[in-house]
Amino acid sequence: MMAALKAYPQMLKTGFAEAVAYRAEFLIWMFATNMPLVMLAIWAAAARSGPIAGYSQTGFTAYYLCALLVRLMTGAWVVWELTMDIRQGTFALQLLRPINPLWQRSADNLAAIPMRGIVALPVVGILLWLARGELSHDPLQWLLLCPALMGAWLLYFLVQASIGTLALRFESASSLFDAWLGFSNILSGYLIPLDLFPRAVRDIALFLPFRFQLSYPIELMLGRWSRGEALELLAAQWAYVALFFMITRFAWRSGLRHYAAYGG
Amino acid sequence: MMRLLRVIRAQLRASLALALQYRLEFLVEGLLALLWMAVTLVPLLVVFGARGTVAGWSFAEMLVVLGWFVALKGVLEGTLSPSLMQVVEHVRKGTLDFVLLKPADAQLLVSLSKIEPWRVIDFAGAAVIFTYAFRQIGHAPSAADLLLSAALLLAAVLVLYSIAILVVSIAFVAVRVDNLLYLFQSVFDVARWPSSVFRGALAMIFTYVLPLALMTTYPALALLGKLNARTALGALLGAFVFAGLARLIWLSSIRRYTSASS
Repeated sequence: MMAALKAYPQMLKTGFAEAVAYRAEFLIWMFATNMPLVMLAIWAAAARSGPIAGYSQTGFTAYYLCALLVRLMTGAWVVWELTMDIRQGTFALQLLRPINPLWQRSADNLAAIPMRGIVALPVVGILLWLARGELSHDPLQWLLLCPALMGAWLLYFLVQASIGTLALRFESASSLFDAWLGFSNILSGYLIPLDLFPRAVRDIALFLPFRFQLSYPIELMLGRWSRGEALELLAAQWAYVALFFMITRFAWRSGLRHYAAYGG
Repeated sequence: MMRLLRVIRAQLRASLALALQYRLEFLVEGLLALLWMAVTLVPLLVVFGARGTVAGWSFAEMLVVLGWFVALKGVLEGTLSPSLMQVVEHVRKGTLDFVLLKPADAQLLVSLSKIEPWRVIDFAGAAVIFTYAFRQIGHAPSAADLLLSAALLLAAVLVLYSIAILVVSIAFVAVRVDNLLYLFQSVFDVARWPSSVFRGALAMIFTYVLPLALMTTYPALALLGKLNARTALGALLGAFVFAGLARLIWLSSIRRYTSASS
């Protein structure tokens, strides 16, 4: 742990250099994140004749642009790398290093954030230009956005890491993540704002971890909660982070015991 | 011509046999395809829970568009993308030379080289969606409408294929953009809505520049008996011209291809 922390700045630097080196591919991956805009199109068309459940056309614009921002800023892709490395056998080489490979992975994902910020900047501009009035006026909530985004990213990363680690036991771990993604798209507010669901679905969604990956930071930006509620939700988010940290740790340890390297 | 068909059949059989080796994957991927179909349907259900019509389309009519979308997504992600991704891989590893050496047209060889047969589920799903939609509408499409929409579907697949070929042709010039196909896949998500959802510049782009309207909106309109003959003819003609163009660009970029290894 101490060794990892000492090496972490250097790992971040390496990760950043990698993100810069693969900038063309990187940009394409970013541009492929267009789902919020696709959804915005249909809701904007539906709201032409008047607001729906409190969302006007501008309201939808604000929501989906915020969704796009959160998604851009909290990207992680560790599950694909883990399953790939495990299947191809290169994972064994990484285990030889003195530091847990997940640290390096997290540094890689984290170090991409400045590059992601460059793509996100125009989105911020458009958001301010089109829907400034919809955004929160409370500076404290904007302050809370930092730990909330951090928590959202950690949650996303840890879920991916724990599912990716399952590839040590099962071959179809990436399919499992695909299924998680399917549920997450619906229940995290990525496709549809959670307020628009029927009450029963919404109540379930508010309780599950998915919303803390996406909907919660959006709600902060839109100023949906009072300060007290926002803080409570932050605590709940970090509780989920802690939970998934334990799960990842457990999956990692028990997975390694099970692991017999492929290849040579 | 007979030889062409034989090559296609051999290609199909080989890639099918390869895919069928992984039986568990078949089941898992089939279930996943169902899940994602549900994920595609949910937003539509929620939108129409709040509104009776959107951009002039009723729920049932919108379902018809979605049906074509699900089917075409199956074609794209089940055959075109996996096959053409392999070309990019070939280019990077330098193994494309072996494909080019074979005594058959290279475009044909690479186009069907990898198939994911479980995506057949998408067609089944599309059929269910159509059935439900037309039961809601209250009458089945007429034979003429069916024929027209089948022709337009052909045009749609042709355009989809041509775009994929164009994207891959770019990979010859700049290997680094191998994710472009992935980008196109995600842009294709726009085709789940009828084109009248978009206004202004976007509507123009999705009709003429990146003809997504042609892929799902027109076949749906045809099935609903709402497409006029002139638009249909224009769409068909446009599709063939586009396919010809894509072929020319493929040929010229393959001529310019200098192998990676030698």
